[in-house]
Amino acid sequence: MTERDGQPVSTPFYVSPQQAMADRAEYARKGIARGRSVVVLQYTDGVVFVAENPSRALHKVSEIYDRIAFAAVGKYNEFENLRIGGVRYADLRGYTYDRDDVTARGLANVYAQTLGTIFSSAGEKPYEVELIVAEVGAGPEDDQIYRLPHDGSIVDEHGSVAVGGNADQISNYLDQRHRDGMTLAEALKLAVESLTRDNNGGERTLTAEQLEVAVLDRTRPQQRKFKRLLGRQLSRLLDEGTPTSEESAPEESDS
Amino acid sequence: MEANTRSTGRLPAAFLTPGSSSFMDFLGAQAPELLPGNRPLPPVAGAVEIPHGTTIVAASFPGGVVLAGDRRATMGNVIAQRDIEKVFPADEYSAVGIAGTAGLAVEMVKLFQLELEHFEKVEGVPLSLEGKANRLSTMIRSNLGMALQGLAVVPIFAGWDVDRQKGRIFSYDVTGGRSEEHGFAAIGSGSVFARGSLKKLFRPDLTEGQATTLVVQALYDAADDDSATGGPDLARRIYPIVTVITDEGFRKLTEAQCSEIVRAIHDRRLDEPDGPRAALL
Repeated sequence: MTERDGQPVSTPFYVSPQQAMADRAEYARKGIARGRSVVVLQYTDGVVFVAENPSRALHKVSEIYDRIAFAAVGKYNEFENLRIGGVRYADLRGYTYDRDDVTARGLANVYAQTLGTIFSSAGEKPYEVELIVAEVGAGPEDDQIYRLPHDGSIVDEHGSVAVGGNADQISNYLDQRHRDGMTLAEALKLAVESLTRDNNGGERTLTAEQLEVAVLDRTRPQQRKFKRLLGRQLSRLLDEGTPTSEESAPEESDS
Repeated sequence: MEANTRSTGRLPAAFLTPGSSSFMDFLGAQAPELLPGNRPLPPVAGAVEIPHGTTIVAASFPGGVVLAGDRRATMGNVIAQRDIEKVFPADEYSAVGIAGTAGLAVEMVKLFQLELEHFEKVEGVPLSLEGKANRLSTMIRSNLGMALQGLAVVPIFAGWDVDRQKGRIFSYDVTGGRSEEHGFAAIGSGSVFARGSLKKLFRPDLTEGQATTLVVQALYDAADDDSATGGPDLARRIYPIVTVITDEGFRKLTEAQCSEIVRAIHDRRLDEPDGPRAALL
């Protein structure tokens, strides 16, 4: 730093575009890694979203449209804005054209453009968020899951996906164990197992109160396929997935 | 106006601005031409011949509320449509039936359904039943200009109040004035006759099955005396739309269920064409 007329003047440094982008990416990734993870898995009848989230009011998983749901990690106010933007986009599009014309692909594109523009515009702070947009189809082969990292890229995912802190490790765990045609209870059990493993290989336990679980269920008779699993229903499903209760009381569920 | 037609393809700033949870407010700011009440009308002399929907009736019973409508749309003295549907689910726990200008009514219902769904998705909780009824008021009021030119739309709103655990009925006038009805309500050209019928047949302790029969009786009586209300068409199998809302949510009776109610009433009326008689004193 030099002085001119008693005022400090900072020397302008040259920062290469690569470096500038790398710094922004680093900033966004650090923000995302601080949060708990969200996992999304396909099962026979649809797509299940599982998040570690003790709050009942601030959701990480939400409904966007009839067959489309949204999950996010990172900074709450940023992904909440994106979520509301997505609901407005979907509702306006469905109102202008038809409900069938609202697709996860279209929504993922708009999110990618939004995140990409913000990421590469020097005037804006990059969003510290990573999103998942999923759509449930008529059959498992028609389900779509898109992962949208902070920089505006889109990754088309199949089977299972994890975002947030620890995402790589959780993804690996899920990739090895997820298979097509799992029941909801099996998929839920796998999701919870993947979330409870920490960096050092140890395990924590997660109760129903600490989990936010929602499904896009293609068998739902209503037009809107999104449903949150809460309270007793969730506890029952969690118990169903564990082998001990299956062996001791297989037919006792009060479905 | 489409979100992704902008040059960058990103969501426009208005989409990401925190603010109202109302889809109507958003539409008003973003695409005002899509709001039904927002179109200037040229002055017209005399009545315009446009399809009109007619009679809607509602009745409450201890476990919920039923809302039903006939299937006729008329254009002057011509039957414009025999199988129009004028009763719609508004959301999981409410329904709306609309009499008046059919085209506008259908558009308004579509927007009303979206308004409720949008609020629920943005806020994470549904509107209260009163809140829903008030939103419908606002929509009807915004249509006042058109109503005064002969394009009136008048709804009945019925729903299950999750907080108070009972079915409730709201009726409206063209200015959006809202009043809660206790027991039963009817609107549309045949409502005078339907209300007379409801008044004589309604009892506060009806079962769900009796309440559905009651509203079909009322529609039958309305069709008997009002040329714009369509009676059950047994030959074409066009029956009234009957919907029930209870604590389990909205349910529309199937064609088979409606047919059963209609045929029972029809068979009785072969002997007594004026329908069931109420006690004289």
